[in-house]
Amino acid sequence: MNDMPEDGGGVVKKFLYVNRKAPYGTIYAQESLEVVLIGAAFEQDVSLAFLDDGVFQLVKGQNTDDIGVKNFSPTYRALGDFEVTKLFVEKESLAERGLTEDDLMEIMYEDEDDDWEEKPSITFVNKSELAAIMADQDVILSF
Amino acid sequence: MKFGIVVNEGPYTHQAADTAYKFTKAVLEKGHDVHRVFFYHDGVNVGTRMSVPPQDDRHIQRNWSELAEKYDLDMVICIAAAQRRGIMDENEAKRQGLDGDNIAPGFRISGLGQLIEAGVQSDRLVTFGD
Repeated sequence: MNDMPEDGGGVVKKFLYVNRKAPYGTIYAQESLEVVLIGAAFEQDVSLAFLDDGVFQLVKGQNTDDIGVKNFSPTYRALGDFEVTKLFVEKESLAERGLTEDDLMEIMYEDEDDDWEEKPSITFVNKSELAAIMADQDVILSF
Repeated sequence: MKFGIVVNEGPYTHQAADTAYKFTKAVLEKGHDVHRVFFYHDGVNVGTRMSVPPQDDRHIQRNWSELAEKYDLDMVICIAAAQRRGIMDENEAKRQGLDGDNIAPGFRISGLGQLIEAGVQSDRLVTFGD
């Protein structure tokens, strides 16, 4: 980057990144992830939501060899290193697409407040729970 | 109230750049502040001065440039998205060994941190796009 992140003057806001599109076919998912990674430097309270076709972003075993675009899915598993540890996946979106929780990548983080114990980053929520999470945010960026 | 504006879709293909312009203009005319307008995804294409729409159509880039001049707006184009799509200022063109730049007046190229900072600093961050 050619500019240093500016801090928010100590302000910590709740940021939710809403991912609703499939990982390939459009660039939204990849450029959303770029915002999340840069945003991590700002020490805000960050969550990610995956719904609609966005749940496909977390499917394991992605292989893009035949479409000639970068497979950026391993980056999701590195989010914990950036202290991005709250990933909410909408159950209805999974079910509508014939997916189960087992179809998704295992994404873990080390909890520094609990003796660095490894914990799952993904929480499965239903529509109404996700609505409550959204209502609780200060800033929502939807991609 | 202090607004941040995000434009996520390209001009003419999608209404987002038009609606964002009208919203931003209305906000400023009502006396509110706009902390920043951030152009991301294909939204970066709003910031090319090489756009030449038919004369009987609106000139989206020029509308934004004129608004920026009138209200001293901070209009930022994401550098990562811009590089992919060929939006260059003079410095960036030189750095990449390219033969010219195309950024329009009133726009500047900077990092994604400017988007996050706009979210932190603004009372409302309003996104235009799908």
